Amino acid sequence: MSDSTPIQRLADQAAAKTPPRVVKRIRGLSDRAIAWAFITPTILLLLAINIFPLIWTIQLSFTNYRANRPNAEVENVGIQNYERILTDSDIWFAMQATAHFVFWTIALQTLIGFSLAYLIDRKFRGHAFWTTIILIPMMLSPAVVGNFWRFLYQPQIGLFNYIVSFFTGLPPSSFEMLGTVNLAPWSIIIVDTWMWTPYVMLICLAGLRSIPDYIYEAAEVDRASKWRQFWTITIPMAAPFIMLAVLFRGIENFKMFDMVNLLTGGGPGSTTEVASITLKREAFEKWRTGYSSAFAIILFVAVFGLANIYVKALNKVKNR
Amino acid sequence: MMDAHEPPALPPQKRFTPRSIAEGLATLLIAAGFIMLMQPFAMVLYTYSFVVLLAGTVLFIVGSKFPG
Repeated sequence: MSDSTPIQRLADQAAAKTPPRVVKRIRGLSDRAIAWAFITPTILLLLAINIFPLIWTIQLSFTNYRANRPNAEVENVGIQNYERILTDSDIWFAMQATAHFVFWTIALQTLIGFSLAYLIDRKFRGHAFWTTIILIPMMLSPAVVGNFWRFLYQPQIGLFNYIVSFFTGLPPSSFEMLGTVNLAPWSIIIVDTWMWTPYVMLICLAGLRSIPDYIYEAAEVDRASKWRQFWTITIPMAAPFIMLAVLFRGIENFKMFDMVNLLTGGGPGSTTEVASITLKREAFEKWRTGYSSAFAIILFVAVFGLANIYVKALNKVKNR
Repeated sequence: MMDAHEPPALPPQKRFTPRSIAEGLATLLIAAGFIMLMQPFAMVLYTYSFVVLLAGTVLFIVGSKFPG
């Protein structure tokens, strides 16, 4: 019987049109060589965009190089840049500001995200519609979000102040979210939580949907209360997914730049100056390229370490 | 007596392997380094945070190649 499926016919046509010289050359390649031919462009791109700048940054971090003085003599300063960063109280303060931001955004996003996922998982009428509505903030660009929240936070015309005023009775123009030392860090936390809670909700929802119904049915047979089912079935089985969401948001928020830069630019003073903003100031305002390269390497090692734990957690979830 | 339809028992798995020990220790070091880097209590902890983080990360990379 002749094999004449449409795919086979297409393959025959392609083979007929391929010049014999090319056919001969391809037939001469082993599977391994073909695999290398496919992945070489990607490897070259990775080397050019990721690995080469990384190696160059590591090299610069041991020098006193300044990008605004390209003709000045570059000296090797050893680990002096690292020593200065790790004993600099301003950088330490920036790390604390980052920690405050990372801790509260993760806590709020996990709590609200898991609660929303738990509600959506109940499959009430119109749950698909509400899921889509909840996901909208996540789909917006951070630049757009930063700009429109700046308008929402305006003391005179901003909607946020009017809503707070409605609930608390405070005059709307009596407080300024972005310009007050105590409120500015919270204004960024609110925006990040608004934007990224849907993402945590999606991951938690995947975790909740992966729990088989028969486990709950067995618990019902054993007369376990809903409260007990929640603490002994739902939470332990969704925990790897929650961990994944926490790690992912932790890594993302540790290097948060765009939102903070758009909303406060690190101010007022240096209240909201997170690590990435400090890095930008050192690199492109003070032009201390060697110093900022060392700082970038410290942040890179921190993120790389967290990413390793993230991959390990991901494998655990995959093996479940 | 063993049932004829019972599947053969799997070989007992080692609870602690060189890789799991190394990865566990590396995870601990990375977490400790991260906390040391961001804590607001002692400057000395902040100063040594990078060394701890780097040690944890290197141990993770090397340890994940161990058998297990």
